[in-house]
Amino acid sequence: MQEISQSLSLAVALITSLDSTLLSIAGLSLRVSGIAVLAAALLALPFGAWLALARFPGRQGVIAVLNGMMGLPPVVVGLLVYLMLSRAGPLGPLGILFTPAAMMIAQALLIFPIIAALARQVIEDAWGEYREQLVSLNASRAQCMRALLWDMRFTLTTAVLAGFGRAIAEVGAVMIVGGNIDGVTRLMTTAIALETSKGDLPLALALGVVLITMVITINLAAQWVKSTAMKKHG
Amino acid sequence: MVNRGQSIDKKGVVISDNARNLLVALTGKSRLLVATLVGTTVLNIASPDGAGTAFAQEKFIVVASTTSTQDSGLFGHILPHFKAKTGIEVRVVAQGTGQALAIAKKGDADVVFVHDKAAELKFVEEGFGVYRRDVMVNDFVIVGPNSDPAKSSGNDVIAALKKIAAGKSPFVSRGDKSGTHAAELRYWKAADIDPQAGKGTWYRETGSGMGPTLNTASAMNAYAFTDRGTWLSFKNRGELSLLVEGDTKLFNQYGVMLVNPAKHAHVKKQMGMQFIDWITSPEGQAAIAAYKIEGQQLYFPNFVAQRR
Amino acid sequence: MADAKILPLAVVGLGFRVGDISVLDGATFDIAPGSRNIVLGPNGAGKSVMLRLLHGLLTPTSGRVGWSNPDALAVRRAQAMVFQRPVMLRRSARENVEFALHVAGVRNVRNAADLALDRAGLMRLADRPARLCSGGEQQRIALARAWALQPEVLFLDEPTASLDPAATNAIEEAVNAMHRAGTTIIMTTHDLGQARRLADRVLFLNHGRLVEDAPAVSFFAQPTSPDAAAFIRGELLW
Repeated sequence: MQEISQSLSLAVALITSLDSTLLSIAGLSLRVSGIAVLAAALLALPFGAWLALARFPGRQGVIAVLNGMMGLPPVVVGLLVYLMLSRAGPLGPLGILFTPAAMMIAQALLIFPIIAALARQVIEDAWGEYREQLVSLNASRAQCMRALLWDMRFTLTTAVLAGFGRAIAEVGAVMIVGGNIDGVTRLMTTAIALETSKGDLPLALALGVVLITMVITINLAAQWVKSTAMKKHG
Repeated sequence: MVNRGQSIDKKGVVISDNARNLLVALTGKSRLLVATLVGTTVLNIASPDGAGTAFAQEKFIVVASTTSTQDSGLFGHILPHFKAKTGIEVRVVAQGTGQALAIAKKGDADVVFVHDKAAELKFVEEGFGVYRRDVMVNDFVIVGPNSDPAKSSGNDVIAALKKIAAGKSPFVSRGDKSGTHAAELRYWKAADIDPQAGKGTWYRETGSGMGPTLNTASAMNAYAFTDRGTWLSFKNRGELSLLVEGDTKLFNQYGVMLVNPAKHAHVKKQMGMQFIDWITSPEGQAAIAAYKIEGQQLYFPNFVAQRR
Repeated sequence: MADAKILPLAVVGLGFRVGDISVLDGATFDIAPGSRNIVLGPNGAGKSVMLRLLHGLLTPTSGRVGWSNPDALAVRRAQAMVFQRPVMLRRSARENVEFALHVAGVRNVRNAADLALDRAGLMRLADRPARLCSGGEQQRIALARAWALQPEVLFLDEPTASLDPAATNAIEEAVNAMHRAGTTIIMTTHDLGQARRLADRVLFLNHGRLVEDAPAVSFFAQPTSPDAAAFIRGELLW
């Protein structure tokens, strides 16, 4: 208990002093996960919408696999991405192992199934309500997908935030593909792991508090935007 | 006759139809969004700490090393000296010795800096490493509960281990093929004890780095085998204290080597050699010796230049 | 309006089975251009199913829906439908109409949408989020949206079933206005009063069968089938 109160005051001190190392690590975490979620969402949302509306043999199997991949172990994803990006691997010549780009790729892969699976469910449910009207209007499949994605934007924002939360919280994948290099690929989560391994538990916990605060703040902001927009648009 | 629903609702829609729709949806979606994504990705990869070799203006090398050297704070102390002198940034990827050698074998590092001489020499023999040099020595110690139930305290590591095994006192091992773990196993062997016999009862393997292993030992109030450097900078000691030290057998040799450019053409040979030369130079060796925690020197430089 | 007309429509032996149950059985009739056709009958008679078969939302299990134009695309584009519950996208009323126009390939959607809303007396709602409008307003927007497409045939499936008399009146007026402008109306209802007000011709369904097909005047004055007669008297039909 004493450690927790010690950590809380340390966390407050770190935040208010705007410690420069903390700022750069926090900034990097936001940047890596932000880009990862943007890239993943740009592909996962249309994919989920397409899957919701498509009908082909084996579709149920694809949905089951997609849902299952929401539980991909991050460390396994990290290992696979490492093997791809390693110099000995197919994408080695790109030279992006142990850089933020590698971490963005790993995180994007990790959260793609989350956003896609949730989008698929949301759009499929909405399709039940909208189908007859959209078919009556002769909307093409692509037009239906876009109309539904836009109409369900509030629910889909929650799915995207879920993906972001997963990305910014994971440590296994980014540790392997990033290497936790000081000043280059050290994120909040890998810094916490490092301080824990050095036995500096109060600092580790303080960093954890800062991380949680960051994530909650982002979610609060998103919620505010959502509710303002919902009041305006129904 | 036409059926309105035919192309959308009927089961068994031609798959190529679906694929076409998917492509249209993916690329037909807001061009602005796609452009933003491409733009930001390119900018990120192109930025100084992004990908690199083609874009990087900075000079840097990747050194695969061990968690003990990182956790003890040595790199934080000596690397700024090197950067100031040569302008080369050293990016340390600190994992266990086993993992460091594995990624070096694949060519994902330029230099290897670990402490398992036997494994290093084998690495060189197999052609994956070149220019191996001794760099420094630190020592291992055994820590344990203040009360020392096994009465292990002293300067004889073999005797201490025998007493710990005889009394079945709880002992936490790294169990992760690291340099420290390899050393620990050598001492057990020298004491003629197979710790696996006590696996799961008094001998616990955490499969993790030195820090987490010490955390576990602290929580369990158990004995553990560790390097002095990690112990001195470890802040979660609980009721553990340093019990066994000073045995000459406990010295631990660190070595540095270049990943063989013949196997991996992209290895930064010139900058890597600058690092190897510097860390074995009088200046580098002095920097190592100057690093102290609680007034104690942790690493003892011992590079001896070969006479040609 | 499409260049080649899709009417007259010849429906022959139209049927729809779900498993063992015959929801619609052997309906045969013609639809002539410019008529107001009311499909009348008690709940569960198969009225909604028939409308969906004609409009192409369902595939018949037997029989034929014979439009005059062989061009499938032209046939689809010449029709529009208003459903019992209006389906509005989460955007403004105007944008809902614009969406339909955009899908139909119209260039200047803003002008056309404003025209449609104005004609329906809904300009004050143009920028209001459609989902925040009342049920009656939403249905009127749905009708304005359909009108904007200038369909040859307008299907309506019990459009005023959940509306109050004022909104019902507004919808019926709009339907009549569209009819006067040349659209053929095919509408289902179980409301006798509405049928009396709007029908030129009545198709009476019961238990999935087309029991009677007659001009409105003679249907209400002298129904030939006992079921129809009972329905008009206000009795419940089994």
